[in-house]
Amino acid sequence: MRYEMRFSGSGGQGVILASVIVAEAAVAAGLEAVQSQAYGPEARGGLCRAETILGREKIWYTKVIQPSFLLALTQDSLDKYAQNLAPDAVVMADASLSLPACVDPARALMLPILATARDKVGKVMTANIVAVGAVNKALGLFDEAALTEGVRRHIPAGTEELNWKALAEGAALVTDEQAALFRRSL
Amino acid sequence: MQGNEACVEGAIAAGMRFYAGYPITPSTEIAEQCALRLPQVGGRFIQMEDELASMAAVLGASATGVKAMTATSGPGFSLKQENIGYGCLAEIPCVVVDVQRSGPSTGLPTSPSQGDYMQARWGTHGDHPVIALTPSSVQETYRLIIRAFNLSEKYRTPVIFLMDEIVGHMREGVTLPRPDELIINKRHISYHDGANKQCYAVPEGKFVPAMKAFGQGERYNITGLAHDVSGFPTNNNAVAGALYTRLMEKIGRNLDDIVRVEEYMLDDADTAVVCFGGTARAVMSAVEQARAEGMKVGMFRPVTVWPFPEAQLRARLPGLKRVLMVEHNYGQMLLEVQRVAAERLPVGFLGRIDGTVIPPADILNKLREMEGRENAQ
Amino acid sequence: MPSELIHKYMRIDHLPHIWCPGCGNGIIMRDVAVALEELIDDPEVNVSREKTVIVSGIGCSSRAAGYMDFNSIHTTHGRAIAFATGIKFAHPELEVIVLTGDGDCSAIGGNHLIHAARRNIGLTVITFNNDIYGMTGGQYSPTTPTGDRATTAPYGNYDRPFDIAQLAAGAGASFTARGSAYHTRETTELIKQGILHKGFSLIDVFSVCPTYYGRKNHKGGAVEMLQWQRDNMVPASRYYAMSEEKRREKILVGILTHNEYPEYTQEYAKLLEKVQTGK
Repeated sequence: MRYEMRFSGSGGQGVILASVIVAEAAVAAGLEAVQSQAYGPEARGGLCRAETILGREKIWYTKVIQPSFLLALTQDSLDKYAQNLAPDAVVMADASLSLPACVDPARALMLPILATARDKVGKVMTANIVAVGAVNKALGLFDEAALTEGVRRHIPAGTEELNWKALAEGAALVTDEQAALFRRSL
Repeated sequence: MQGNEACVEGAIAAGMRFYAGYPITPSTEIAEQCALRLPQVGGRFIQMEDELASMAAVLGASATGVKAMTATSGPGFSLKQENIGYGCLAEIPCVVVDVQRSGPSTGLPTSPSQGDYMQARWGTHGDHPVIALTPSSVQETYRLIIRAFNLSEKYRTPVIFLMDEIVGHMREGVTLPRPDELIINKRHISYHDGANKQCYAVPEGKFVPAMKAFGQGERYNITGLAHDVSGFPTNNNAVAGALYTRLMEKIGRNLDDIVRVEEYMLDDADTAVVCFGGTARAVMSAVEQARAEGMKVGMFRPVTVWPFPEAQLRARLPGLKRVLMVEHNYGQMLLEVQRVAAERLPVGFLGRIDGTVIPPADILNKLREMEGRENAQ
Repeated sequence: MPSELIHKYMRIDHLPHIWCPGCGNGIIMRDVAVALEELIDDPEVNVSREKTVIVSGIGCSSRAAGYMDFNSIHTTHGRAIAFATGIKFAHPELEVIVLTGDGDCSAIGGNHLIHAARRNIGLTVITFNNDIYGMTGGQYSPTTPTGDRATTAPYGNYDRPFDIAQLAAGAGASFTARGSAYHTRETTELIKQGILHKGFSLIDVFSVCPTYYGRKNHKGGAVEMLQWQRDNMVPASRYYAMSEEKRREKILVGILTHNEYPEYTQEYAKLLEKVQTGK
């Protein structure tokens, strides 16, 4: 079973890194994972997307065909990538955005990811780590050890505490009821 | 690990200790990783002023006895061509990585393509031998770049490591082999005191002259002009002709050693899908889906893309009814496949040059269409 | 004794050279050989034949590498300095000397010249500057004076010329000097200083090309062209004794810039040390 995830937002928000961390956590958890991104000149600003595909068996085709999960941190990315989702797809978007009509609100998690990073963690640039915490809580993909290993490999030394806090604050955005509803076993 | 990172780690495992390059998407991570990693292993990294200089510095470094590499993409690969030819003629080992992107010109800098396949063969002017290898996964990238260095040392020639954006920018899990599992060709440098007047003489039973290194106590000359065994320019046509013939034959007569392919589910197949590099990922997927539909489809993937695995493909033809070439260009390896197979079998083609990746469904449709069309006839 | 120098430091089986009668390149090549011989024989300095590599590009000047009995590499057009950078950076203990021409070094290879100067990598570049592309038959080069004629400037050259030494100095070269085919003693001394200098050094040596430049521009034969150098180029000892006004009419033969900047490969050695010891 191939599980296709798309991470989107604006260049500089760290959505590529979020997708890399999920892939690395998957490898740490003993799963197969392939990660890639649509590279553009938009290091800062502009539409940006990254893709992670997870599975238990070897993943051949490395691009997303129809994602089962979408993270969107900007309205542009939400509007664009909400098209062409798998029928049972879960959409996670920042609470400041409005959900397009094509997405079933019952399958959407509108979470204050950016505000949490800014106000609770204290650094807007941790939004991607907050998102990773929320994604894992909602989907129940990996255990704690695999997830923190995925994060640890990609953060500068000395920022661990900040990032653990971001992960925890992200997880806290998702209720246990929501987690039970959206849990995804691979 | 990302494909571009695996390329660097594999190269370091192969003994690469000198990198000269110029930043260009989508190969930039290779330069960045070399800048980080080479000082840790006592190697040297230099960012040169342009692509031509990078290729020149790599050849200069290799002439002093160091295993050297450069990496680039489309436009940079065009710029390096003259000095790649110098490496071919002067027989200086090195590895040139080209992470292909969509072209011509600046094209689609961040989009996948396999449009440099023919350039890898014919990019530099004049007749010359070429070895080019293409990985299709991050794991394979690590091992294959080591093989690229080994072949480069053994045959004293630049080896083109023809990656694509699909593999270069992809991350997947990699199991790194233990160092003792790897076969690394060390550079054997021969010594000769004083002035060496036979430095390009080929020892009995060998294909190439013994390697030398500047600064080791012997004096010799390297030139990009046609030269005799002393390494000095010659205008003698017989001597020049013999040199060119030897250069071609050192590759041409060792195809068994150089050429590698991956074959998947071909033994009972009536249809072979030919592909290379990152395209294989969609093809593998399509082959499995086609099998599930009852079609007898297999994959034939050149790992050594130059010289083209002619004998290996020819050996498969008797069992096949048709061949489908799938590649991210307008039909480049297709020409080689047609040359080998078109007299005996229909050769179909599926290509794409818009910067997107061919999905498995398109390959499956093409397979159905080819089979159906024949059945209808 | 000249004949001894030839036997000792030239590849006599590859002589006679291909240069035209009257060409200044042979004189400059000899200056380089004398400079190297004196340094190799000098117990006070650490220059050895085994550790010396001569690098050249393409053009008349670049044939010199093949005539000199050292490690030598005759590279592609314009890229001699880039090849040399690879050689020096891979093995900093090597003495790397680049023999190049005005076109090779400042037109097709201009980018490598300025960047090697900027890095201050310890190469010694000697330009055989004859104001013309000789090998291809007399086209104008970046040093052909404005108004002069060449096969590609039949009505006179409308380009402005480079001063290669000033160009290198402007790009950060720590040692630049000017020599000439006529002033062999001074030029030899400048080449020696350039080799001993730790950073990037460039000695721009004015050659003479009677075959193309001289003939096209009615400068007379080799003798007249060398006499022009004698009369218009002045060694430092005399130059600085002249009045400012007089100096403006003359060209200095001597050191133009001499600074001590950190040398590239030595800086890299420090970086290696730092990374490997974690300090």
